[in-house]
Amino acid sequence: MNRRRSTLILLVLACALLLAVTLAGGLLADGAASADFTRKNLPPCFAFPFGTDWMGRDMLKRTLAGLSLSIRIGALTAALSGAVALALGAASAAFGGWVDALISWIIDLVMGIPHILLIILISIACGRGLWGVTAGVALSHWTSLARLVRGEVLQLCRTPYFRMAQRLGVSRKRLFCSHLLPHLLPQLLIGLMLQFPHAILHEASVTFLGFGLSSERPAIGNILEESMAYLAAGRWWLALLPGLSLVGVVMIFALAGERLRLLLAPASAQE
Amino acid sequence: MTLEAKNLTFRYPRQKGPSPLKGVSLSLSSGERLGLSAPSGQGKTTLCRLLAGWERPNSGQVLLDGVPLARHRGFCPVQLLWQHPEEAVDPLLKLGTTLREAGPADRAVLDALGVQDSWLERFPSELSGGELQRICVARAMRPGLRFLLCDEVSAMLDLITQARLWRFLLDQAQARGLGLLVVSHDSALLEKVCQRVVSWEELSR
Repeated sequence: MNRRRSTLILLVLACALLLAVTLAGGLLADGAASADFTRKNLPPCFAFPFGTDWMGRDMLKRTLAGLSLSIRIGALTAALSGAVALALGAASAAFGGWVDALISWIIDLVMGIPHILLIILISIACGRGLWGVTAGVALSHWTSLARLVRGEVLQLCRTPYFRMAQRLGVSRKRLFCSHLLPHLLPQLLIGLMLQFPHAILHEASVTFLGFGLSSERPAIGNILEESMAYLAAGRWWLALLPGLSLVGVVMIFALAGERLRLLLAPASAQE
Repeated sequence: MTLEAKNLTFRYPRQKGPSPLKGVSLSLSSGERLGLSAPSGQGKTTLCRLLAGWERPNSGQVLLDGVPLARHRGFCPVQLLWQHPEEAVDPLLKLGTTLREAGPADRAVLDALGVQDSWLERFPSELSGGELQRICVARAMRPGLRFLLCDEVSAMLDLITQARLWRFLLDQAQARGLGLLVVSHDSALLEKVCQRVVSWEELSR
């Protein structure tokens, strides 16, 4: 079995695992909210691997529901910021002149503000909740990808085959679809995949700080924030296990993105 | 038809040092075969890029029958054959797609150039420079073609392929009344295929 195939298998496994967490969390969302005071404050045991909280809620179900929500928000923000990055990056390179200067200035501006601060500001401005967090993360994470797209398009437009196609009378639409998009796609896909961990962590931290999702939602940030009060009482499982799961999911995403990069980038395809 | 360059001056964006082109003028009419030889680094390729409309000059004009070339939409009557054919085709597209980019290919042209159908199913990295160059020539041979700028087109070919390619280009030039600008270091080649050979000094006078 060559390297390429083992990389591919790892990538598929990682994606399958993430998909399973997303689906399981979605299906368990109802069970996650049900309280049962006969079984409150149980440490991890066979029936409840992640233990239960002060309301007797199953922490495994809550964690899965939270991760699922995080992944879905991550997907939405990655798609949104990817679209913004592609549109602005391509426009910047294609029009040049003052359009390029303006877009580059906006990129520098957004990059210059600390992410977490920008996300909190946008989230509050959009009325917090799911849409506030999504808008906050999406609007702060498109910059590096846009810069990458801009550079790539600038370079592609200068290649002899692109110039040749222009002078052969190929339409703008076909120039974009057949000469630009296929070259941009690998970079874009990898960029999106590596955006997930950022999005998930930022969503969790903003929610933890109380500027994100409302507290009745089973988000990882909420779970961690609530568990802080019980840490001193010795209920370690409330914070540790959901926290470790979050780290695990983020690492799987980073790993999947890295594998994807190895597969798609021509120079490293056999590594 | 005439292709005219008037007093062209050009410098690449953010390029330092003296302009590669300064006050270059040239005139080429249909059916004419003009040779150009100059030492390396004088700006022959840059001149070709300007004449084909790949770049806009900083000052001066490129005129086709008195009309600025930049105004042409669609297929440009002036086509450049690039020195490195592997750079002139999109590495991610099959050659059949690249060949038909400007419109359906002419069977007679493909046969005359010896382009095989099996090549068109492959990607550029799977063909040699000579094979790619022949596909590039076939791609440029549209009915609207009037002027062909050949920038060291045969430098990477073996002698037999070189002879065949020039036979084809000269036949086409004759039959269609094309104007050819031939840029080469090979003075024997220029003597053979061109009616007139100019040196760089004569252009930038």
